[in-house]
Amino acid sequence: MTAPIKAISALGSRVRRDITGLGSSMRLFCALLARSGVALRRPGLVSQQVHFIGNFSLLIIAVSGLFVGFVLGLQGYYTLTRYGSEEALGLLVALSLTRELGPVITALLFAGRAGTSLTAEIGLMKAGEQLAAMEVMAVDPIRRVLVPRFWGGVIAMPVLAAVFSMVGVLGGWIVGVLLIGIDPGVFWSQMQNGVDVIDDVLNGVIKSLVFGVAVTFIALHAGWTAKATPEGVSRATTKTVVSGSLVVLGLDFVLTALMFG
Amino acid sequence: MTRDKTDFWVGLFVLLGVLALVFLALRAGNMSTFSFAPTYQVHAHFDNLGGLKVRAPVKSSGVVVGRVADIGFDNERYQAVVTFDLEKQFSFPKDTSASILTSGLLGEQYIGLTPGGDDKPLEQGNEITFTQSAVVLEELISKFLYSSADKQGDASSAPAN
Repeated sequence: MTAPIKAISALGSRVRRDITGLGSSMRLFCALLARSGVALRRPGLVSQQVHFIGNFSLLIIAVSGLFVGFVLGLQGYYTLTRYGSEEALGLLVALSLTRELGPVITALLFAGRAGTSLTAEIGLMKAGEQLAAMEVMAVDPIRRVLVPRFWGGVIAMPVLAAVFSMVGVLGGWIVGVLLIGIDPGVFWSQMQNGVDVIDDVLNGVIKSLVFGVAVTFIALHAGWTAKATPEGVSRATTKTVVSGSLVVLGLDFVLTALMFG
Repeated sequence: MTRDKTDFWVGLFVLLGVLALVFLALRAGNMSTFSFAPTYQVHAHFDNLGGLKVRAPVKSSGVVVGRVADIGFDNERYQAVVTFDLEKQFSFPKDTSASILTSGLLGEQYIGLTPGGDDKPLEQGNEITFTQSAVVLEELISKFLYSSADKQGDASSAPAN
């Protein structure tokens, strides 16, 4: 008799806890935005974070972009050559990269490369009671720690996605034109005919901006709410990657339906 | 690392992003086809546009002389109205004819202009009256099928007479 009631009450408390968690994370988001003025007053703090988040992620993003471009070139050629339209390879590579792969893969890598380090850093600050010490010194930790990291991530993400797409297009060019031998004029002109600056390139930038906000915030929130133990920090880091990736993929579906549907 | 050095690397990073965007816009995208030359607008009615789209090129003798600005439907004549911008440096006779053509077998559609012999040039707001619609593959096939069926009918009925 008591077992089903227990199960129901456990389910209820779980749902309640999740909704409360969503609410408190939105409160943190609003607090973050409300204190964002410090990013303009002390741009040095933000630039330090852009350097930490962006510059250090550049290598992995560029290399991944290059290889994604290579693979797109090879696979695209294999499929297109069945229909005798291998000239459209440039178009295929550029559209896939600017519309989908550029923003999405960059965001996934970004969650793994930069998001985890943000979470671990803030989680360890919390575990070492540095955040509490700041509060004692009347320094607002949201303003001093979270805001610069948030804007650093939001600035770095579109830049990284643009670099990813550019390197990917070049990778497709290397495979398509240099290795397979498609005519370079046709490769580029088909691309230019089919890729629209506003519909494709700009929408890709908007996507990457949204992903930047989502991933950076999830990473900061996971660190901020981490339990102040080694295990808590490690759980928070895992949570950043898992929920960051899921949110990116879900948001991508919604954004794609809105933009191109 | 000193503040100055960090700022330098961040500046370089952002610059790289801007460069990448410029590359995507100009080299991969169609930004380079945006023309800021002065234009004049003319319009034309077509029975069928096929797959013509806004910003499709307007060509004469294969050279791009303008772009489609707007596509609408004229509810009085039950025809499509296409408005297009022609660059000011190109002027065409008033009786120029416009036809919707396809580049290659399955390529995108564009408007081809064939100049006439009138002395007066086309001006802002003029209408091109001689137009030729897009070729619809289904219509072509059905015409071909009917005409070949007719011929067969003639051939089979001929000996009976």
